[in-house]
Amino acid sequence: MNVISLSPFDLSLAALLVLALAFISFILKLGLSNRIIIAAIRTVVQLLLIGLVLKALFAQVSLVLVTALSIFMLLIAGREVMARQQRRFGGVWGYGLGTLSMFVSSFALTIYALIAIVGTDPWYTPQYAIPLLGMMLGNTMTGVSLALDKLTTTAWQQRAVIEARLILGQDWRTAIGDITRDSVRIGMIPMINAMAAAGIVSLPGMMTGQILSGTDPVEAVKYQILIMFLITAGTGFSAMLATWIGARRLFDDRQRLRLERLS
Amino acid sequence: MTTLHVSNFKVRELQPVSFTVNNELVCLSGPSGTGKSLLLRAIADLIVHQGEVFVDDKTCSDTHPVMWRQWVGLLPAESSWWLDKVGDHFKQIDHEYLNALNLPAESLEWEVSRCSTGEKQRLAIVRLLEQQPKVLLLDEPTASLDADSVNRVESVIQDYANKFNVPVIWVSHDNQQIKRLARRAFKIENNEINEVTV
Repeated sequence: MNVISLSPFDLSLAALLVLALAFISFILKLGLSNRIIIAAIRTVVQLLLIGLVLKALFAQVSLVLVTALSIFMLLIAGREVMARQQRRFGGVWGYGLGTLSMFVSSFALTIYALIAIVGTDPWYTPQYAIPLLGMMLGNTMTGVSLALDKLTTTAWQQRAVIEARLILGQDWRTAIGDITRDSVRIGMIPMINAMAAAGIVSLPGMMTGQILSGTDPVEAVKYQILIMFLITAGTGFSAMLATWIGARRLFDDRQRLRLERLS
Repeated sequence: MTTLHVSNFKVRELQPVSFTVNNELVCLSGPSGTGKSLLLRAIADLIVHQGEVFVDDKTCSDTHPVMWRQWVGLLPAESSWWLDKVGDHFKQIDHEYLNALNLPAESLEWEVSRCSTGEKQRLAIVRLLEQQPKVLLLDEPTASLDADSVNRVESVIQDYANKFNVPVIWVSHDNQQIKRLARRAFKIENNEINEVTV
């Protein structure tokens, strides 16, 4: 490992670029200068904080602490999924649906990867567990929110069609079948595209980071492949789960379309 | 012969109502927005309601919803189509209904987006009758049609009702039409459903 440590002076040279951008935005009256500076400060504070948290966490390998941070990350991701919905489910479902789907697939796949693939000892070694889970959640979050948003907005627009299909004797699953298929597809496409473009159009961030920190590129690539597979599977499964539960929730036990359950 | 019986039935702000329709055609009228469509949609069990509906001795609540909606054939005021080709929306095709409604056999090959509102409405009636519903709930079935088509739809529905002894509720604003079709009529006013003389 031959990492060149970055000094505060090095970082302030980079910060100068952001300041210059903010200054030029001000001159051009883009109305963005304040936002650029606040966002830059947030980056510094949030990342330093998580850096300190991770450093403390890595120092003592504790299942309790890893679990606590994992759940915290999950809850934030769940909130983010909810915030991205144009028409979300009312009540506890608005928050619970996305969070539950992400929990099932992200946690299950991360634990599977840690135990069966990477084989860390103990399996919850935070240096592996937290970054893996973080990447899983960050991507499943996008998949779940895209899929749910597609499901609820399309169902809302196509109320007449769904009801016409119910009237003609189709069950709820068939009546909303085209919409659920589209929703899952929308949730999965970003990851499939990312896999197809990886290495040609873009050098994935994780791999780039490992290479910068001195890891042999081939090793870094192997980890990147692992991550891409995990993320694709995790995103796909959670998009399917969220769409299926969401579609079911749009109907009641008499198979009536209950759009008033969306707020 | 089939009987539709609605018992202590309550939807949204409408007053509770009970009535029986034997194998006869009953018209339902009333100003817009008073809940005529609401009532029909609730009888087809598409929206939440209180009370019970009977088709003969079978209750709505004890019948599987998919089965119920096949029995209680609702024709919405505006027809919906979800596939590109007209014919893809049909399970089986009885050319008798197409002919009777002045639709050529090729109409099944038409693109839905090319059809006029009136054509779609007549095709929707064919689509509904082919399910062989035991009860017909028709929400302004002729509102978008020209005079010739109105006559055709009226006789197709009457023939179907007579042939299979089917109770029909027909929403109409047209007093002439009500007089032509029905011996009994209901009117919704001030959230109340009352029988009126034709």
